[in-house]
Amino acid sequence: MAFGPYFLLATLEGLVTAAVLSLIALGLSLVFGVMRVVNVAHGEFYMLGAVLAWWVASLFGGHPAIGFMVALVLSPLVVAAIAFVAERLVLSRLKYEPEATIVATIGLLYIIQQLALTFYGPEARPVEAPFHYRMQLPWFGYSAYKLAVIGFSIIMMLATWFVLTRTKIGLVMRATQFDRETAQAFGIPVGRVYAGVFALGAGLAAVAAVLIVPIQQAHYLMGHDPLLLSFIVVIIGGLGSLRGTVLAAVLIGLSDGIISMFFSPTLAKMLATLAVAMILVFRPQGLFGAAAR
Amino acid sequence: MTRLTPSTKSIALHVGVVVLLLALNFLLPEYHRGVFARVLVLAVFAMGYNLAFGYTGLLSLGHAMFFAAGLYGAGLTIYHLEWSVWPAFGAGLAAGVVVALVVGFLALRTTGVAFMIVTLMFAQVFYLMTLYFTTYTRGEEGLVLPQEMRVLGFPGGVLDLSDPSTRYLVALSLFAIVLAAILFLVRAPYGRSLIAIRENEERMRMLGYDVFVNKLMAVVLSGLFCAASGAAYAVLFGYVGSGFAAIQYSILPLLWVLVGGAATTLGPLIGTLFMFYVIDTASSYTTAHLMVVGLVLIGVILFFPKGIIGTVRERWLPWLP
Repeated sequence: MAFGPYFLLATLEGLVTAAVLSLIALGLSLVFGVMRVVNVAHGEFYMLGAVLAWWVASLFGGHPAIGFMVALVLSPLVVAAIAFVAERLVLSRLKYEPEATIVATIGLLYIIQQLALTFYGPEARPVEAPFHYRMQLPWFGYSAYKLAVIGFSIIMMLATWFVLTRTKIGLVMRATQFDRETAQAFGIPVGRVYAGVFALGAGLAAVAAVLIVPIQQAHYLMGHDPLLLSFIVVIIGGLGSLRGTVLAAVLIGLSDGIISMFFSPTLAKMLATLAVAMILVFRPQGLFGAAAR
Repeated sequence: MTRLTPSTKSIALHVGVVVLLLALNFLLPEYHRGVFARVLVLAVFAMGYNLAFGYTGLLSLGHAMFFAAGLYGAGLTIYHLEWSVWPAFGAGLAAGVVVALVVGFLALRTTGVAFMIVTLMFAQVFYLMTLYFTTYTRGEEGLVLPQEMRVLGFPGGVLDLSDPSTRYLVALSLFAIVLAAILFLVRAPYGRSLIAIRENEERMRMLGYDVFVNKLMAVVLSGLFCAASGAAYAVLFGYVGSGFAAIQYSILPLLWVLVGGAATTLGPLIGTLFMFYVIDTASSYTTAHLMVVGLVLIGVILFFPKGIIGTVRERWLPWLP
């Protein structure tokens, strides 16, 4: 068979990965950018989003689209609420010290994972896609749902960008990121902003998870790979840079799709991880980021 | 009674701990003696981690790779090259030192959060390598070292390392050597300079210390101790698998050190012992032992940031090293 169809398929699959990955990474990047907290439990919020989506969808009979739409709204909200509580109960008491928060989010990771294993079980379960329609492309038919995932991710990214740059909430967030103490002096409730950002970051990961469950199944260990990949995306894209995050996600998503079609996935992961570690060592501001202040 | 100097007291305490552990070999029931042997080997891992994290202030999330370097350095040479235990143990130590030297040299160019992520990623690469070269390592399934290979040769005869009592005593010997080395290190000027780097790196640099070289030496020594623990684990328990290179084994020494008390000589032992029995007890009620690890991590960091020995030192015994 010719190279063309393979390449087109790899590109499309890569774009789906990139779309989902940029949402997850955006959440991680926001939390790190504003709060300076490395949230190791981010992958678990993603997993929680998927598991909740399955649970919500399984409550609704009838057309699969109903359950899916409800899950798309409800699951991110629940995950955000959990993140909000975790932030208030744990992270805020640690005064956001980087090392202490890493340890605490590792603890959170284990707790969420264990809860999922206990209450959801070790099985992988799918959520039915809201619609089944195949688009006819030159060489093969392709799931329209996957294309819709790409579209929806773009909308979510634009919405986040709009909130960050064009609204008062975004202004408050950026002010807190820029200079926490001055922001506080100007009467910005920094604590509540932090909790909100943490919840927003977790919610974005959950949205990504709901989008992906009709394609991949929900499983209690599904948070590992996205966590590592979104770390990679955030580092390459430059911390706290929205544009860099999206660019890096597309880059990683596409190369992941294309590389894993031609090489062993373990080798690909190994080389990618090594490359990113080297970037962090020799160019800590990321490939697209500006030098740190 | 004459007043003892802090130095005499701390040496007496450490000798006392080793003697107590020696006595336990003859007092403990079979099951607990097995647990203690494992704890002693892993406490060496924790002590190695403590040197980097507790004393030098380098929070690494990748120490599993040093442990695994020792584990595989010893295990693979025994399994594939049929080396005897002494040279294989040496190979494990050498592997740990080389990995620590390379990783330290690269990772120490970064600080803080970047250092954690870089060490995490190098460890992930190491883990993936153990999976990729599955022809030699058999990946997750791992290798079981044949019992007849696990004998320690001496001029006067051989010791069978799979015998529970011998295993305990060999583990205790390694533990005692490393404990003595750490006690010596942290009381020596070099150890003081590491603590000073942790407290104020800029000032040390201004005083003319080469901070990078000091930190690199700390990482290499830490890697050496962790590799010693890994190599000992391979020969004493006869199993080598990539699970020991996974991220959990980078988190566990952090947990043990935090629980026991960072920057204390006995904290790693107490922390490892405590967590082993907490998980052991919890497993008899529930299978959710990850939950226990998570809760203890959060609980300790929230309410007990100095750990068990750290709190004892703060409240009652300020002379504890």
